[in-house]
Amino acid sequence: MTALTDLGVAAIRDGVRNGDFSAREVAEAFNANVAKAKTLNAFVIDTPEHALAAAEQADNDRASGSLKPLSGVPLGIKDLFATKGYQTTAGSNMLGGFEPTYESTVSGKLFEAGAGMLGKLNMDEFAMGSSNETSAYGNVISPWRRSDGGNAALTPGGSSGGSAAAVAARLAPGVTGTDTGGSIRQPAAFVGITGMKPTYGRCSRYGMVAFASSLDQAGPMARDVRDCAIMLEAMSGFDPKDSTSLDLPVPQWEANLSSDIRGKRIGIPKEYRIEGVPEEIDAVWEQGIQWMKDAGAEIVEVSLPHTRYALPTYYIIAPAEASSNLARYDGVRYGLRQNPDSGGLAEMYQATRAAGFGAEVKRRIMIGTYVLSAGFYDAYFNQAQKVRALIARDFERVWGECDLLLTPTAPSAAFALGEKSNDPIAMYLNDVFAVPASLAGLPAISVPAGLDKQGLPLGLQIVGKALDEQGVMNAGLAFEERAGFTHRAEAWW
Amino acid sequence: MLAGPPMSVDAATVRHVAKLARIAVSDGEVEALVPELNNILGWIEQLQEVDVAGVEPMTAVIPNTLRLRADEVTDGGKRDEVLKNAPVAEHGFFAVPKVIE
Amino acid sequence: MTDSSYRIQGATGEWEVVIGLEVHAQVTSKAKLFSGAATEFGAEPNTQVSLVDAALPGMLPVLNGECIRQAVRTGMALEAKINRWSRFDRKNYFYADLPQGYQISQLYHPLVGEGEIRILLDEKDENSAKTVGIERIHVEQDAGKLMHDQHPSFSYVDLNRSGVALMEIVSKPDMRSPEEAGAYVRKLRSILRYVGSCDGNMEQGSMRADVNVSVRKPGEEFGTRTETKNVNSVRFIMQAIEYEARRQVDLIEDGGTVVQETRLFDPDKGETRSLRSKEDAHDYRYFPDPDLLPLELSDDFLEECRASLPELPDAKRRRYEQELGLSAYNASVLTAEVETARWFEELLAATGKAGPEIGKAASNWVISDLFGALNRLGKSIEESPVSPAQGAELLSLVADGTLSGTLAKQVFEIMLETGDDPAKIVEERGLKQTSDTGEIEKVIAGVLEANADKVAEYRSGKDKLFGFFVGQTMKAMGGKANPGVVNDLLKKALS
Ligand SMILES: [Mg+2]
Ligand SMILES: [Zn+2]
Repeated sequence: MTALTDLGVAAIRDGVRNGDFSAREVAEAFNANVAKAKTLNAFVIDTPEHALAAAEQADNDRASGSLKPLSGVPLGIKDLFATKGYQTTAGSNMLGGFEPTYESTVSGKLFEAGAGMLGKLNMDEFAMGSSNETSAYGNVISPWRRSDGGNAALTPGGSSGGSAAAVAARLAPGVTGTDTGGSIRQPAAFVGITGMKPTYGRCSRYGMVAFASSLDQAGPMARDVRDCAIMLEAMSGFDPKDSTSLDLPVPQWEANLSSDIRGKRIGIPKEYRIEGVPEEIDAVWEQGIQWMKDAGAEIVEVSLPHTRYALPTYYIIAPAEASSNLARYDGVRYGLRQNPDSGGLAEMYQATRAAGFGAEVKRRIMIGTYVLSAGFYDAYFNQAQKVRALIARDFERVWGECDLLLTPTAPSAAFALGEKSNDPIAMYLNDVFAVPASLAGLPAISVPAGLDKQGLPLGLQIVGKALDEQGVMNAGLAFEERAGFTHRAEAWW
Repeated sequence: MLAGPPMSVDAATVRHVAKLARIAVSDGEVEALVPELNNILGWIEQLQEVDVAGVEPMTAVIPNTLRLRADEVTDGGKRDEVLKNAPVAEHGFFAVPKVIE
Repeated sequence: MTDSSYRIQGATGEWEVVIGLEVHAQVTSKAKLFSGAATEFGAEPNTQVSLVDAALPGMLPVLNGECIRQAVRTGMALEAKINRWSRFDRKNYFYADLPQGYQISQLYHPLVGEGEIRILLDEKDENSAKTVGIERIHVEQDAGKLMHDQHPSFSYVDLNRSGVALMEIVSKPDMRSPEEAGAYVRKLRSILRYVGSCDGNMEQGSMRADVNVSVRKPGEEFGTRTETKNVNSVRFIMQAIEYEARRQVDLIEDGGTVVQETRLFDPDKGETRSLRSKEDAHDYRYFPDPDLLPLELSDDFLEECRASLPELPDAKRRRYEQELGLSAYNASVLTAEVETARWFEELLAATGKAGPEIGKAASNWVISDLFGALNRLGKSIEESPVSPAQGAELLSLVADGTLSGTLAKQVFEIMLETGDDPAKIVEERGLKQTSDTGEIEKVIAGVLEANADKVAEYRSGKDKLFGFFVGQTMKAMGGKANPGVVNDLLKKALS
């Protein structure tokens, strides 16, 4: 029989329900894997007791016939989600030791659905990064290695790097991620798993440490589309505590999963064919297009003319919002405080924020402060919000010609840690394909498509209309069936 | 058409922005930040070429308007919780280095 | 519109003061603007604070509809343009009383646009009327409170006020004298209290004004203005304007220039001083709050706001003059405070008489007798020991001749002491006035007998002695005789 840790969310849920194994066995097996995988640095803290308590509850609920949707399923929670009584750091020194007295809506919903927590997952500081190298708690190391025999430590992607590594290394069957400009999809692609960003407003942002409020969305990362559907159903739903939360019922995404996409029109945006992208990416994209045809979809060439402006637009809006969202970290009410000898309030602020924030966070706060400062608002921020409207308009128009879009998730496979950390713009370019959907608030999924010549995973992205998570997941399922991606990282850790 | 913003920031601007953001910066950091920020600003500069005539800036990602909450007292009365993570709290207050007004 | 003649005499001639006010009025609501914490005044520190108000990580604002409703009703009361589409912006700056590191306010699309307020510089004189323009009203969060005197090296932070809803009512620079500014604030306060959108309690900080002052030679361009922050009484506002105008004139005439800056008013010294500590690097980096969506108001919402507006001071004043026939002075005194008008109208209703019939007498009684008594007792009209119903009963007893004016005053004094109804007092103490001719004739006879000499003088043409006989007769009857009857009978007896 396969190890329990080789099972995904659906298999564990069903196995516990059928009594094939107990929830406790599952929790213990994953707790053990987490304990063995310290080298990957995927978790900031482990919470085995939480996973075990939930498992105990699940086994009792089974006995009393009151199982919940996620009973017996232990999950990893990205450290951006406030967890009551468990340290929540957002990957920053600023929040070292911070213990919320409140639960984020998303983690709360997962726990109410019966899930347990294996630990808090490492991440780029305040979710600002694409390689998990900006975390104050150290790099996360991808379980994947190149097939060239070299042991270069690779990035799991970011900002949900710990989340990605944990699923890929079988430390958790499913995890939460957050996606502001690709932070779920790019890491999912880098480690050969599935990651989904729902429509903006599907998942409440309450209790989720804010990076860029108009872009931040929580989403599931797991082994396959079905597992993502199960998790997203539990994570979604209207929350009166979040003014941007969508007041809509949660569809039965899992029950309505179907890989029958005959007649669906799938658009291939020509602007996504960009210079300097390795031909392996184009190759896997072509392969994906072929699979979609085989599945009976109609392929249409479409145009999203403002695509090339998406990334610079994002790098004005996201830092601007972040510069304001992160102003609350001032050493007064919680988190780090530094008191220099010249102990005035202003000095305390400056010393605290200098010590509490890492280089990338400071860089983005500076950019955001600059683009909002006197005289530049119209030229930068307002201009960006207008271009953002044009980008959303591009999508609106394109939905007249197709139902979904198929694109690469990232412009490359995982790179080595340190390879891009000195070149911010090169790093930002990782999200060139992910950011447009974020700016328009659209649902998008990354599904594993294959390996490159170095044996590293590549993913493709499916983007859908607002609120059409079902269409996105169904196409993802059809893709998954044809890709038959079964590769996994050989355990070396 | 908008007049584009200046193409580059200097050390003085970086210091000013750092002050606005309340982040202490050493001379070394300023030196490093000048080219870094100029690279990024130079790169986002390309947005200036987009014709946005008659385009309204985006106000809501997914078309949606504000809900109004009922005027009911549903929160507060949790001082211990509010002060729990405070670096310094005394007599039910947060305490900060003395402010001279 | 009268142009105020207020001028400052400088060495180089006369100067005119230009004044604009930004009044921060606390919106009357149970809960805060974006959180469910209470707004009551005077609670223990940090006991009315939610995690949203303390800006913990991941906390989000949710708008209180009542605060918007009250701000809209206020806008309507000021005949202002209500913007059906508005939104909230963040004003970014660091201070220990500002947990988020930004204040949620409205810069680019305020809830309320242009309106106006009509002020009277002299209650008795309609010609002293002047209209002051309202630029805008926006809704925003209040900050917390810093205490500097509790500890040698710390300032203490209390967030109870953090997030309480404020309306910032911005006037146009239309005022030209401290008196106009005073009248403006009093009138604004009166309207807010009629509407019920702010309790107007300046001592508790429910109303504060940022005072913008500049000076110029009459007719010339506006000068550079200074903003004196958070002045919390009408008197202080007027003092701050006088001081600041004088300071600017002297400064300019001594060859200096006024710098645009934030200043602070010192009530003890009656002076303003520069507030440099807040001046450093002011760049608020306003941008739309991405945690909130655009605010769109429905027809139903606006309809309810309008329908729920009470009769406002100006309309009431006009009605009192035209329908009740009150003097301009009485009408303005009775309508200035909402409580006074409410008491007066309960009084009228209780008389059961038609307004025009009893209005004049009632207004005179309230303003002279009732106010006089309340001043003596140091009580507000809401604390009046005499109820409107009792006042009405007293007025009726005068109207139907049961009581003379003199008796009425006696009875009222007793009412104040005992709280008894006037009828009961009249009954028990036999204070009824009499028109019984027989009894009065007897008394007159006695008076004439006792003053035979004066009677002679009178009869020999000294008619001004008539008043003396009236007085004697009334005195002898303990003031209870009907003066009219006394006159008639005396004339008869003396002829
Ligand atoms: Mg002001
Ligand atoms: Zn204000």
